[in-house]
Amino acid sequence: MMRFAVAVLTVVLTVAGFADAEEKRARRVAVPVVKIEKGEACVAPTEEMRRDHMNMLLHQRDRTLRQGLRESRFSLKNCVDCHASRQTGSVLGKEGFCSSCHTYASVSMDCFECHTPLRQTRAASAPR
Amino acid sequence: MSPDRRQFLGWGAAAAAGTALAPVIKLIELAQARSPQEAASALQRWGLLIDITKCADCDVCVTACHDENGVTGYGRPETDAQWIRKVNLRDRRTGYAQTLPLMCQHCEHPPCVDVCPTGASFKRDDGIVLVDKHTCIGCRYCVMACPYGARSFIHETVSGQKADVPRGKGTVDSCTLCVHRVDRGETPACVEACNRDGGKAMAFGDLNDPSAEIHRRLRSEPSTQVRADLALNTGVRYQGL
Repeated sequence: MMRFAVAVLTVVLTVAGFADAEEKRARRVAVPVVKIEKGEACVAPTEEMRRDHMNMLLHQRDRTLRQGLRESRFSLKNCVDCHASRQTGSVLGKEGFCSSCHTYASVSMDCFECHTPLRQTRAASAPR
Repeated sequence: MSPDRRQFLGWGAAAAAGTALAPVIKLIELAQARSPQEAASALQRWGLLIDITKCADCDVCVTACHDENGVTGYGRPETDAQWIRKVNLRDRRTGYAQTLPLMCQHCEHPPCVDVCPTGASFKRDDGIVLVDKHTCIGCRYCVMACPYGARSFIHETVSGQKADVPRGKGTVDSCTLCVHRVDRGETPACVEACNRDGGKAMAFGDLNDPSAEIHRRLRSEPSTQVRADLALNTGVRYQGL
């Protein structure tokens, strides 16, 4: 009986400990918000995108700039067009698609030092 | 003699082929734009021809350029970026005054590319000289090397960039010959604005294409390069200078 009680207590404490740690972690860094605003599917399966999106962008940027190949599939403009928030029109900000994950993973990104994080509205891109 | 059935059908087929092909040929003529899957090619060399005698006392090219490319200033002419500017020339003896737009001359042998320590400053196969801001470290050697003063350094954080024209603090930039428009088969913003609202002084085209208007004019009319003594073979040519 005693042994059983100890076992139960251990299990309860362990679970509580985990929950507590989880909660602390959650409080310390906000869990990323992944809101898909537009489109059915991304340009590649989710697993591949999570692992390799930076490589796709890296290759695409050199092809576009140096060779003039403007394929839209892996272009940053294409990313922003689908993933920008409906409210702010941006992929940055507190719940921005790019920034919320990057903040959580503590990985800095330099794309938006130069590139605009805003979705281009149809009115802005239409000829004057 | 009446044509037999076979001959009649032959005429019909020829007429149908003719009507079907005509628009296709027309489209091929019009379609200057490469497909997005096709790389810029050394068979082309993009350039400008600017007739200064028609260059009016206006700055629509400058305004259009800076609008198109999101080049904004802070009212500090010493450090604000300038992709294109109007230069006023005046002969001291006679007082004869001229005005001309000056921008990156898209040289065949660009000094900015020679001096760049990281390879960020480069010439695309079709002759357009660009800065790869991914590798630009902001050393400003190219700013010093350019004989035309075409390059600017971005001193302050930029916001509100255009999607096609990324610009950021700590890098150098200059006229891109509106490469994003050229890739779509359009003309640069300055040329479009000059021909719409200005003196119709600017023309854009492929210097290598014998059928292009710019090629014909360069072949048959006198033109000059700014600082031709440097033998850079510029892509921007002037008339009436």
